[in-house]
Amino acid sequence: MSATAKGSQDQSDIFTGTTPTPELKDARSVKGTPAAAMPAFVLGQELAELAVSDPRIVVLTADLASANRTVEFKARHPERFFDFGIAEKNMITAAAGLASCGQLPFAATFASFCALLGAEQIRTDCAYPRMPVRVVGHHSGLSMGFYGTSHHALEDLGMMRTIADLTVVCVADANQLRAVLRASLDHPGAMYIRLGRGRDPEVYAEVPADFRFGRATRLREGRDLTIVATGAEVRPSLDAAALLEAEGVSVRVVDMHTIKPLDAGEIRAAAAETGAILSVEEHNVMGGLGSAIAEVLVELDRLPFKRHGVEDQFVPVGPPAALYAHFKLDAAGIAETARALLDAPHR
Amino acid sequence: MQGSQARSGHNVSPDFLAERAKFIRLETVRLSRIAGAGHYSSTFSAAELLAALYYAQLRIDPAQPGWPDRDRFVLSKGHAAIGLYPVLADLGYFDKGLLDNYTRFGSPFGDHPDMKKVPGIDFSSGSLGHGLSIALGMALGARVQQRSFRVYCMLGDGELHEGQVWEAAMAAAHYRLQGLVAIVDRNRLCIDGTTEEVMQVEPIEKRFESFGWQVTRIDGHDVEAILSAFDALPPVGEGAPRMIVADTIKGRGVKRMELSLNWHVGNLVGSDYDEVVAELEAGLQPLAPELVR
Repeated sequence: MSATAKGSQDQSDIFTGTTPTPELKDARSVKGTPAAAMPAFVLGQELAELAVSDPRIVVLTADLASANRTVEFKARHPERFFDFGIAEKNMITAAAGLASCGQLPFAATFASFCALLGAEQIRTDCAYPRMPVRVVGHHSGLSMGFYGTSHHALEDLGMMRTIADLTVVCVADANQLRAVLRASLDHPGAMYIRLGRGRDPEVYAEVPADFRFGRATRLREGRDLTIVATGAEVRPSLDAAALLEAEGVSVRVVDMHTIKPLDAGEIRAAAAETGAILSVEEHNVMGGLGSAIAEVLVELDRLPFKRHGVEDQFVPVGPPAALYAHFKLDAAGIAETARALLDAPHR
Repeated sequence: MQGSQARSGHNVSPDFLAERAKFIRLETVRLSRIAGAGHYSSTFSAAELLAALYYAQLRIDPAQPGWPDRDRFVLSKGHAAIGLYPVLADLGYFDKGLLDNYTRFGSPFGDHPDMKKVPGIDFSSGSLGHGLSIALGMALGARVQQRSFRVYCMLGDGELHEGQVWEAAMAAAHYRLQGLVAIVDRNRLCIDGTTEEVMQVEPIEKRFESFGWQVTRIDGHDVEAILSAFDALPPVGEGAPRMIVADTIKGRGVKRMELSLNWHVGNLVGSDYDEVVAELEAGLQPLAPELVR
């Protein structure tokens, strides 16, 4: 039930992968973090491992094989790796063509360039014909920092969530990515898998054996408030809960890894048992996790609820660490937002 | 009307294919009346091409729509599906009577084809510009699985405006997908005017050749020319992808529709319907001199 709280998120630098650092070329650890604990490395390695026994797996990317480390897949399965160059729409649609022949394609690129640029291809060619394409959007949210709005993805969950027959999953850390990739092998239909910047700190020393899509993972029990977080905001939300605990506020933390289908039961339980909910996501407060939760809550009695994310605005330029602090998406900011919610007059 | 065959093959005569093209046009008119609207002219331009593909060229088995080694056909210009459904019914993919409810509530048959609902449709289409990428993925699938099926993709000429077509064109040449065959129904018109007025697509051969394709250009209403182009296709393997630019006439077969901008979507009613049916029954007549290229 409880995850180990291993210090706060390392935001001391940005890992974009667009210009691999010397450490990354050697690639067994970056700034003390072993590669095995970094989603950026797990993606290519785990898929390469799974592909040994699963001939359906093919991997596609759009000139980002180094950034997403699918290059590790290429090294082991060159005949099942396809680089489409800087042509994301073609990549996603061709993935659907491959899937129609019985392959299981994982098509990976920056979240902004698959979910936004390729939105219609995901809907029309993957979801609508129920092709088992796994679109992997990495470097989501504002994790590209000073690369600017063109490279941010704060709208992807909202867009993907409105597509029928599409499963939408956010990954919090390396171990959960392994679990997600394994669980995806036999999941019907198309999926959008949202990853962070690739060096997200650990949430799960071990992913619960009963992990499955559509069922949230309760990471911490609490009485006064439930923080429902997803993806890269799960770790700082846990850290925020620890800060609040020290102040005598008891906080439940739920990892809502599957945005669609949403685990509505877990939301209703949080409402009934803790009386207040704070959603935390690296996304516009419109359309994403917070909106999905609000849709459930509106059918219940009114209770203190706040959607915490980016308030419908484009993100200024800056290093990610500064941006997370600015938007109160780090542990201290989440804790501050939680206090404000609980202190608000409606309670 | 000759009966359907369990399997298509080359042992069909040009006359038979011309007859099947007439059947495609007549069915398009009949089904459009059920819907109250139809893409007549985009289907008429492709009638001989569809007939030649399905009755002569494609390696398919209507008894096994999911046969992994079948040739694939992607109708990227999905609005011509109204001409494809009757062919699939005729070949035995499903009961012909199902077409009588074309586009009605709950029908498997919409204006654009849905592979989940219609046996024989290899991929859903409707959004122009996607089909060549689908076909590219299928051809890569054939390579991964070491199968020898070909993938045919029919595009509209106006569809060449879509940027994704050129992404796929680049990738198909890059991966040397010789088993990929694109057919452009060069019927000269998009909705707002001729392609050359709205957004120039010519010179199609030079453009695709510069992307690494091998291109041939034929009269797309001449079934013998279509069969010859098919006969000239190389075996599946590594090499330049192949394109057949088929010069056609949008609306071919019905005088009032030939190169008319008024019939992209239309609805024939009353005596107009009967006149058009009679005109189609008579078979293709020579083109009006001003329409000859």
